[in-house]
Amino acid sequence: MTAIDNTTEQQPDGGAVLSFTDLDVKFNTEFGRVHAVKGISLEVKPGEVLALVGESGSGKSVTSTSALGLLPRNASIDGQISVAGKRVDEMSGSALRKMRGDDVAMVFQEPMTALNPVLTVRTQMVEALELHGKAFGKEADARAIELLRMVGIPDPERRLFQYPHEFSGGQRQRIVIAMALSCDPTVIIADEPTTALDVTVQAEILDLLRSLKDELNTGILLITHSMGVVADMADRVAVMYKGDLVEQGTVHEVLVNPQHDYTKRLLTAVPRLGARGETPPVESEGPKALEVTDLVVEFHRQGKEPFRAVDHVSLSVSRGEIVGLVGESGSGKSTIARTALGLIPAASGEVAILGEDITKMKRAPLKALRKRVGVVFQDPASSLNPRLPVGDCISEPMDVHDVGDKKSRREKVAELLEAVELPRSVANRYPHELSGGQRQRVSIARALSLDPELLVADEPTSALDVSVQAAVLQMFTALQEEYNFGCLFVSHDLAVVDTLADRVVVLKDGVVIEQGDREQVLRNPQQEYTKRLLMAAPVPHPDEQRERREARHAFLKEVGEKDFGLHIDAETPKSSR
Amino acid sequence: MSEDRRDSAMQGAPEPLPHAGGEVEEVKFAEKSFSQGQLVRRRFFRHKGALAGLAVLIFITVLAFSSIGIGSIPGWWDKDFATTGTVVDGGRPTMGWLTWGEHPFGQDTTGRDYFALVMRGTQISLVIAFIVGIGSTIIGTIIGAVAGYYRGWAESLLMRVTDLFIIIPLLVFAAVLGSIASGSGIWALGLVLAAVTWTGLARLVRGEVLSLREREFVSAAQAIGTGNWRIILRHILPNTIGVIIVATTFAIASAILLETSLSFLGFGVQPPDISLGSLISDYQTAFTSRPWLFWFPGLFILAIALSVNFIGDGLRDAFDPRQGKDG
Repeated sequence: MTAIDNTTEQQPDGGAVLSFTDLDVKFNTEFGRVHAVKGISLEVKPGEVLALVGESGSGKSVTSTSALGLLPRNASIDGQISVAGKRVDEMSGSALRKMRGDDVAMVFQEPMTALNPVLTVRTQMVEALELHGKAFGKEADARAIELLRMVGIPDPERRLFQYPHEFSGGQRQRIVIAMALSCDPTVIIADEPTTALDVTVQAEILDLLRSLKDELNTGILLITHSMGVVADMADRVAVMYKGDLVEQGTVHEVLVNPQHDYTKRLLTAVPRLGARGETPPVESEGPKALEVTDLVVEFHRQGKEPFRAVDHVSLSVSRGEIVGLVGESGSGKSTIARTALGLIPAASGEVAILGEDITKMKRAPLKALRKRVGVVFQDPASSLNPRLPVGDCISEPMDVHDVGDKKSRREKVAELLEAVELPRSVANRYPHELSGGQRQRVSIARALSLDPELLVADEPTSALDVSVQAAVLQMFTALQEEYNFGCLFVSHDLAVVDTLADRVVVLKDGVVIEQGDREQVLRNPQQEYTKRLLMAAPVPHPDEQRERREARHAFLKEVGEKDFGLHIDAETPKSSR
Repeated sequence: MSEDRRDSAMQGAPEPLPHAGGEVEEVKFAEKSFSQGQLVRRRFFRHKGALAGLAVLIFITVLAFSSIGIGSIPGWWDKDFATTGTVVDGGRPTMGWLTWGEHPFGQDTTGRDYFALVMRGTQISLVIAFIVGIGSTIIGTIIGAVAGYYRGWAESLLMRVTDLFIIIPLLVFAAVLGSIASGSGIWALGLVLAAVTWTGLARLVRGEVLSLREREFVSAAQAIGTGNWRIILRHILPNTIGVIIVATTFAIASAILLETSLSFLGFGVQPPDISLGSLISDYQTAFTSRPWLFWFPGLFILAIALSVNFIGDGLRDAFDPRQGKDG
């Protein structure tokens, strides 16, 4: 025990607080070995942010998990991992437990699941402090309050005793960060800390993390797939691809002047705001593909007032036009999409598809109308029936509406697979054999199988990696030009909407804040909320992003908001490192 | 080089993290194509206990039906379970270590060949168990699927009926209904038992359907205008097949035990039909003097129930690899 205490006091030599040397991780699975990390070397220095970027399956999370000694038992690890000068790979169970929290702390992706919902914030924070012997009883409470104040939770004395569900998503992530800070770790591993958050909240959390390294000199290993976050946060960047480290360097070197093909491709795939020039307005005649008038959607709650998710929204989609519906989580954008599909009943107002109001329609004509509407959902893992081969998934709409015979359906499936750039042989495969991007292509093929006049796409690319997203979006645009359907495109990503849409509707809390042509809304926004959204979206260039960040801080000061960094009280000085 | 990489990034499935969410079935080689059925079969045949169970069950089934035959079709055993005869050597089993003898399992008090009797009992017990297993699966699946998919009043009504069935002690319920139906033969008895044992499956299926109906492929099916029954039959039930098959297996195992208990109590299979339970019941007083009359049917009950349970275990591991040890 004392030996361990001694090493804790010892300053890490050589400067690195976290280092991997020739790390190599293999997993033994039912189908043989998976080589997840192939001999990589990395270093994080104090007060430095190293961003580890890569797409899903590149091994970045495996790398970070190995630093905590938390890999599952079927993993075999080679190489050296040291945290604050101590070898993690040689540690025993109790030493590992002491190291977690004391030297290295973790901030997870999903703040709701990282906190235990049945315990108060106090219980969870005090537990961390007491386990590591930092403070007990009243003292621990005081320390927890101080930590909460530091990360910007208002009124921490009262809120300490609340449960996680009483906080917003951003506040929960702040609490997770406060817990990570509770034992003064020398290094924090942040695994996609902002992926589950809205852009404006993401910007705030990034501000907070940035102040951590400045004020506390903590080293941060930031794992992310977003190049915008990298540009905003990182000092150095390491790019991983299929378990290999393909490029490493300062943020300027990697983002401005990438050397490796993969990095270049990754950067060109990132959708950028303002990259697309002016486009001619879409002209169309006849009834609109979708016309929503004064729509109200309410969800009934037991023993409470119904919750109004959509409040008097009016919007329309002409044929051959893509309308981007943007907003943060809870803004009601998916609810509008589902109501337009007739999956959620409207409380009042009209939803007209191709000139016919579906809210009062009977079953048979509704089914006939649905033939002319296609849909693509967000989650490629759950939007295809896992029991049906891909070919059957795609021909399902034709089966339901009795279109064509067996042979013509099969031909149509082959034609559609070609249209979404998949080989014909995929028709006999099962969805679980395909990657996320391939599955989403299949979803699009299914949506197009009846040549719809209206396509409703609910965040079709948000679960995909950037390079896959770029390919899918490109294909989507090409298909839209070919098939000329009207499209309601729901997204939280302004850059995606910018590359795709003809018109944009901005939603907040179920109310339309602003709508108009893409150029007008995204280049010259009139409403404060739209401005905020646009300013919070990070761009993958460090200098440009710093300018944007400063502009955003200036704007926030102008509208009377405090900045979001670490709050350190003068009276209760934080033990300096 | 860059072209190659692009291709593999766009076309090839990314290597998933095997520890993330236990999605083991995603770790595969792109060249081989496995349907989910093939994956399940592969995992099942790696489960040694399940394979042994399957072998024992097949052996017992083949033995029971081939030895004394079915109905008018004769089997290879030359004695009949109904023919009485003279009791030789107090009815002791003639089976030695390697020899079969005249009456391998011995004889009962009236000189009937006990091997033939046990085989007949095994036949009937197996038939009843399978009727119960399949019948209760059908009832439970329909009730669970309708309750889970339609929600609302249909769910309230069906689930309250399920609760009602659950709170009545199974044995009492089955005994009352069984004694009414037992006069009409084993099929009627099997169906009656099925009518009281579907409750567990109905709840399981309802739970599965509740989570499946929120999945996006169901929404997608609704959005293209698919009818409710088509959604249930084509999109939802095939995805609950794992739960259903596993539950059916265990239902069969417990049906064997339920039938034997009922027959033992005298409410199940009635003479002239014989089941393993009624054999034990008939000769329970002979336990001290002629224990083989108790042991042989008991052994068969044990072997059948155990092997079916092992098969169920194997199926559950095969359908849900996350519970496996070495995933």
